[in-house]
Amino acid sequence: MSAPALTGIQTESRRGRRLLLAAAIAWVALLLLLPLIAIFWTVVRAGLSSVTHTLTEPDVLHAFQLTAIVTVVTVVMTTLFGVIVAWVLVRQRFHGRSLLNAVVDIPFALSPVTVGLAAVVLFGPGGWFAPFFAARGIQIIFALPAMVLVTIFICIPFTIREVVPVLEEIGLDEEDASRTLGASVWLTFFKVTLPNIRWALAYGIALTTARAIGEIGAVLIVSGLIQGKTETATLFIFRAYEERQTAEAYVVALALAAVSVTLLLVIELLRHRQEVERTRT
Amino acid sequence: MSSAAQPIEHRGRLVGSPHRTIAVLRHLALRGAAFIYLGVLVLLPVAAVITKGFGDGLSTFTDAMHVPGAWGAIRLTLVTGVIVAAINAVMGTTLAWVIVRYRFPGRRVLSTVVDLPLAIPTLVWGVMILVLYGPNSVIGRAFASVGIQVLFTPLAIVLSLCTITLPFVVRNVQPVLLELDDAEEEAAATLGASRITTFRRVVFPAIRSAVFAGTLLTFSRCLGEIGSVILVSGNRSGHTLTAPVFIFSLTSQFRFAEAAAVATFLFAISFVLVLITSTVLKRREVDA
Repeated sequence: MSAPALTGIQTESRRGRRLLLAAAIAWVALLLLLPLIAIFWTVVRAGLSSVTHTLTEPDVLHAFQLTAIVTVVTVVMTTLFGVIVAWVLVRQRFHGRSLLNAVVDIPFALSPVTVGLAAVVLFGPGGWFAPFFAARGIQIIFALPAMVLVTIFICIPFTIREVVPVLEEIGLDEEDASRTLGASVWLTFFKVTLPNIRWALAYGIALTTARAIGEIGAVLIVSGLIQGKTETATLFIFRAYEERQTAEAYVVALALAAVSVTLLLVIELLRHRQEVERTRT
Repeated sequence: MSSAAQPIEHRGRLVGSPHRTIAVLRHLALRGAAFIYLGVLVLLPVAAVITKGFGDGLSTFTDAMHVPGAWGAIRLTLVTGVIVAAINAVMGTTLAWVIVRYRFPGRRVLSTVVDLPLAIPTLVWGVMILVLYGPNSVIGRAFASVGIQVLFTPLAIVLSLCTITLPFVVRNVQPVLLELDDAEEEAAATLGASRITTFRRVVFPAIRSAVFAGTLLTFSRCLGEIGSVILVSGNRSGHTLTAPVFIFSLTSQFRFAEAAAVATFLFAISFVLVLITSTVLKRREVDA
């Protein structure tokens, strides 16, 4: 990487550079660091006992458990089908391919609230599929199934958009060689394709996990907000704040932030790995 | 290259031996799985909302637009979205420039911190903004003492949207700046171009489409955002009630048709923007 500062010719004066740098750091500090410091400070001031007390409450434990379940199911589904969709998009030529490609982007354009609304229209009172599931005694809306479905919807693009460019880049040569040498389709996939896409896939999974943990708009609508039953960690924070139990809301919010920041560090590590790998090839 | 190893572009040739029939079936099965997955999980819900939104034809759709508060909410969302997108275009480009071009202690940390909004839940950002600008914080009191009310005003909406969309422009512009050869800038400077001219004529054309894509992504995200906004905005109809929160409140009152009409309107704008973004990005790849 070249260092323009050393070439002698600069696009900005030294003062201009300092100004830009200061503006950039101030912007990040104002919008990202100050809010983090503020909540951290507030929780620390309230004391460790309030933290342990909140985090051992049955409602809070249940909320974290529910978030974990929703996240795990979402990650498994979006990874499995995400790889299939990415593979089909890159390796197959067929009518409707560009349509399929456009459909993948739809969740980026849809407000989570709208996704929740869609689930209500489909499964809610008077919904399209409500009679079908009601007759079989299966509760979809205001229960776990709808919460998982909306979260999957929102997370669909992440894995696909990470894996597609890598699949395009690696091309067919290695896969062809493997097949010509007599390896089966599955062996080729697990020994050739998967190792090539693994960092992109891991990055996609990390993004999906972060989004699934943080989802609020859609589950706000489809969960029915039943305390201790369909309440995820984010919904707990929302309700606690609305009920003026701010101390509890802050502790759970900080706990979620801590989980997410750990996840971010993993993402950074993965991105770094991926870049190293790309520059090597 | 043997024909057996060809992908199914040569589908016709693959048919014949039982071995090849299996290969074709496998391709079709995977394609079918992809279509069913996206069809059931994406297209079906979208169809449901749009159908509900149009109800008994276009009349319900326009009626819903006349629901008290609907237009105010949509206008507020569009206006705050444009403001945030504009701020983000400038600050995001600045951040990308600083991260790529400058060498200073903490550069890697800054680059990592920029990604925080992608990781931390948007609702948690909302809570943090409440704490920071609330009456119990030094900053909140400082703003209050000079008579600026942040929380529960449009300013809080803009602040929280700026926070959660901060990485969008940076992450689009950064890779392009990294690839940009500074030899052209040196040439421009050697030929006597001023710093501003060099940026305007050499650097900006190269990063233009990346800035544009990041800005559109920001705007599109602003149209749908609820988590970071719902707590800090105060949700007063006609003043600080955004369209997504409006949809939420309609839905919790079981006014599904009106909610769907507003949702369809927002989705139409947003989807066109996302399509434009991916076209812009694709053109950039072709150019490169």
